[in-house]
Amino acid sequence: MTEATPGQTVGPFFHHALAYPGDSELVPFGAAGSVVLHGHVYDGAGDPVPDAMIEIRQADASGVVPAVGGSLRRRGSAFTGWGRCCTDAAGHYWFSTVEPGLPFFAVTVFARGLLDRLFTRIYLPDATDAVDGLVATRETDGRLRFDIHLQGPSETVFFTFPRT
Amino acid sequence: MLSVQRKTLVDGVRHASLAFDPVTTSQHEISDEIAKIHADAPAGAPLLDFPPYRSTLLRHPTKELQLVDPEGAELLAPVFGHSDVAPVEADLTVQRGGEPIGERIRVHGRVLDGDGRPVRRQLVEIWQANAAGRYSHQGDQHPAPLDPNFTGVGRCLTDDDGWYSFTSIKPGPYPWRNHHNAWRPAHIHFSLFGTDFTQRLITQMYFPGDQLLALDPIAQSITDPAARSRLIASYDHSRSEHEWLLGYRWDIVLTGSHATYLEPSDD
Repeated sequence: MTEATPGQTVGPFFHHALAYPGDSELVPFGAAGSVVLHGHVYDGAGDPVPDAMIEIRQADASGVVPAVGGSLRRRGSAFTGWGRCCTDAAGHYWFSTVEPGLPFFAVTVFARGLLDRLFTRIYLPDATDAVDGLVATRETDGRLRFDIHLQGPSETVFFTFPRT
Repeated sequence: MLSVQRKTLVDGVRHASLAFDPVTTSQHEISDEIAKIHADAPAGAPLLDFPPYRSTLLRHPTKELQLVDPEGAELLAPVFGHSDVAPVEADLTVQRGGEPIGERIRVHGRVLDGDGRPVRRQLVEIWQANAAGRYSHQGDQHPAPLDPNFTGVGRCLTDDDGWYSFTSIKPGPYPWRNHHNAWRPAHIHFSLFGTDFTQRLITQMYFPGDQLLALDPIAQSITDPAARSRLIASYDHSRSEHEWLLGYRWDIVLTGSHATYLEPSDD
């Protein structure tokens, strides 16, 4: 067994490298059948985290997890089931996507001051067997809302997985 | 002193960062904090709760990570292809029409999984400061020169044997505001995907012989020296090119999050 390469923080200077046009639009914003998944990232003092990055991985509407390229140049490509969003100055992230046919979005969190990435899930509001605290709220305009708290009384449940 | 402050954090007291003054905290004090933490059981992954890196104070989870079996979308990493990445993106010295200033280098290596199998045709993204230690990022206010011929951003896909290769300029060290006279060792940020979603990794590659590594709270957050050394590239003369560039070799092993959270018990 080979030893793992350790992680390190994404630092403060990742935007020009990791953000790209259309990164958070798994489907075009406003497209028929699309949904917005959004929220804020907060630190342990309840302040927004303006230098975080969220990635999601998900199934398509029929429950199939796509294994196709095209996430970096989305125009004309099939649904890839993966997206990335850097938080803005208010700590806000958003994705334009479809509601997955499986009960949750798989989520990875990176930030300056966070020495290794964190994993969590965002479950759909009607999911059965959801992990407590990881269910998105359906807003009146149809958007899905989920805030991520790195620390504090509302700290998000983060995961570790068995070795792969 | 240190243990008291860490305890306070675990108890969830807000604005614990106010306990530190970055202007007056010396490197000696930071190094002393690091040494005390290193005296505990070594960990092969960075400690998320690592006060010598001040920005961690309010950004590390305090609750234990929940062990779950991956399912659904967690079983499969995203896929990238040649439509996503142009070959020229792997050469950071030709992106702006003129030669960037600095020491030309090639960094290459293999991306492997925990069983030593190559991670094939997968995306590798890098970003770095220029030779003067300045990022082409609006947030970087270090008064060192920008290089109009250098963005410091690259991408490539691994080949069928897991190999990646970038041509670049050796990044310079740069100051940051963690404490007084704090300097980051020269490094290249790497973003990596495995075959499983759970193998996602962002890390930093360092250069051999850098005297700043021992002083750096980010590198030293990995308390096991053997694990820390896995972030240091080796000089590879076989890949240096006559009258052109210097070669470095750095291999990456993606095992997923399992190895990440065998944290020592503290406080």
